[in-house]
Amino acid sequence: MSAGTEKIDVTVTDIVKLNDLVTRFKFERSDGGQLPTFSGGAHTVVEMQDDGITRLNPYSLMSDPMDQSAYTISVRRDDEGRGGSLFMHNRVKTGDRMVISYPVNLFSLDLRARKHLMIAGGIGITPFLAQIKQLDRLSGRFELHYACRSAALGSYVDELTANHPNAVHVYYDDQKQAIDLQRLLTGQPLGTHVYVCGPKGMIEWVRKTSAALGWPEEAVHYEEFLAPQSGKPFQVRLAKSGITVDVGEHESLLEAIERAGIDAPYLCRGGACGQCETDVIESDGTFVHRDHWLEDEDRASGCKIMPCVSRFEGRTLVLDR
Amino acid sequence: MTIQFNDETFRDDYTFHNSDWAIRRFPFPFHEDSYMYSVNMEQHRGGPAGSVYEKRFDVDEHYVSEMKDRAIVLAEDPLRCQSLPHMTLAGWDLLELIMVSKSEDYPDLFELHRDGNDWRWINRPLGIDDRFTFLDEATLPYGPMEYITRQTQGDFAVLDQRDENLWMDAGMVTTQADWSLDFDIGMNFFEWHAPVPLAHEMGIFKRALKFLLNVQQGNPARRLNWTMTVNPLLDTSPENYHKWGIQKTTLTPENIGSKQHLRVELQTFFRLPRSNALVFPIRCYMIALQDVVTVPKWGRRLHRVLRDVPVELATYKGFIGNRPLIVDYLSQFDDGLPTSDGIWPDLDTEPPLRKG
Repeated sequence: MSAGTEKIDVTVTDIVKLNDLVTRFKFERSDGGQLPTFSGGAHTVVEMQDDGITRLNPYSLMSDPMDQSAYTISVRRDDEGRGGSLFMHNRVKTGDRMVISYPVNLFSLDLRARKHLMIAGGIGITPFLAQIKQLDRLSGRFELHYACRSAALGSYVDELTANHPNAVHVYYDDQKQAIDLQRLLTGQPLGTHVYVCGPKGMIEWVRKTSAALGWPEEAVHYEEFLAPQSGKPFQVRLAKSGITVDVGEHESLLEAIERAGIDAPYLCRGGACGQCETDVIESDGTFVHRDHWLEDEDRASGCKIMPCVSRFEGRTLVLDR
Repeated sequence: MTIQFNDETFRDDYTFHNSDWAIRRFPFPFHEDSYMYSVNMEQHRGGPAGSVYEKRFDVDEHYVSEMKDRAIVLAEDPLRCQSLPHMTLAGWDLLELIMVSKSEDYPDLFELHRDGNDWRWINRPLGIDDRFTFLDEATLPYGPMEYITRQTQGDFAVLDQRDENLWMDAGMVTTQADWSLDFDIGMNFFEWHAPVPLAHEMGIFKRALKFLLNVQQGNPARRLNWTMTVNPLLDTSPENYHKWGIQKTTLTPENIGSKQHLRVELQTFFRLPRSNALVFPIRCYMIALQDVVTVPKWGRRLHRVLRDVPVELATYKGFIGNRPLIVDYLSQFDDGLPTSDGIWPDLDTEPPLRKG
């Protein structure tokens, strides 16, 4: 029942290096059949078999949601990360068989919106690519503001500006261009929803600025996948399963639990969806909470942890798993 | 198997009836001799051959007559079918889900031919053969949700998902257990469940919502719910309560076996891919008490459950006034023998009624 998601066997049919950091991968069903349709903003979890370690990383689907012949994702190389993106960049070859999950959407469009205002930072552009294709078909009104480091690293800028010359605005950091957020948010017609996907700082900026300007919370949507970060090794006792597991420096608590053969629930693996929430039975030490799911009182109580991204430092940790 | 469709009514002369086949496959909702609320969800991935769980959208002998009854309800009260403007895409999702499922599951009854967005839909039992353009509303006689749910048994609540909640933003509701789409339209999950007693205090709805928000594409779920209805009336709506409420006073010890029905809802949940909405089909099955008791295990168990169900529940489900009469009647079919676990009739293994 992990993830509650079905798996799909796929073959990598195309790999395109877009720039120094970003590479695009195309997946088609290995059995030749059609892939499920999806809604713009959905992601798939890609399984990677990396020398005995199973990595499960979520990536936004960026292809046309109505196109059932193939899915595409874009992966930004993270040299400091734990290796998922490096595996995709360095090890995956055209023709490889992989397993991906059915689409899951934790960042869907609010279809009541009169206008969709999209704010993207860097690789955060990918969910918007699918949403824009969806809105195109439905004649939905949108406007994209896309910030990237430089023209050389501006993935999909050419395609976007060519197809939607009046709806796409690009800002290059190295040319000192910046989104005038205050002005942008002030000038929107009633019924506009704002969506932001990008670095943590950008999401905070948009949420705070919109809140200060009186935007209703329901009209502000964001998606931030946290990658699990490395940390000191620790030990965890799984009470229900009756086993003790060592969590290594470069694996997440959830990955360690899975490695021990326990079928634990998950969906986003990025601290956002709440599916992997686990009760803490006993602890003596410090929690390193990294999710954005738990409420402050949950954290203060020390009774809950999100094992996909959060860690523990200390002597004893016993989980109800 | 080719289904023989009944010619029957769910109003006025009430000629509705279940064949032996329909009785044996009836979704009896009690897995033990007592009942209390629970989040009794399971995966909707088929079930025993011939059971109502086998197909994604069960078609049975009542299909054609139920669709005629729906058309009568809609002609009298068009507000039984509503779709807020942002739900049209979900309507297409639902049309696609039902057409694909039915044509795969019942190829002798339904056919779907697709060439890009040019679609042809053949519904043999209802004599329909339509060509239309997928995602182009102008090519159908109704909106996509109304079009397909006029051809599919069961009510449909189409729920938008946003702000960590579900919203009743579209639906086709003509066979309901006393709730109103027109009243609930636009409400969220907690608002439309507000009238249900006890369950809020038990935390049932919080857990149920958490489960439903996580129902994913390709992984539908299901559960059963139940109530009691006098006469085989599909349209037990608040809108028509003045017509049917009075019928609850017509029960006598002589007619109760044929007039009092156990009403069971097979509720399923599917994530809709293009809209990320959730569809909640609520399929209604009815069975007269005199038919329930032809299965000895069910006769014993139904007596025990209805006798012991809390007053709040019997009141909410609308049979508190008739409970003494119902329990009296059913007591003739309960010889006190133990019953086997689970909902299945177990006709081969359960002993016949021991005559007192």
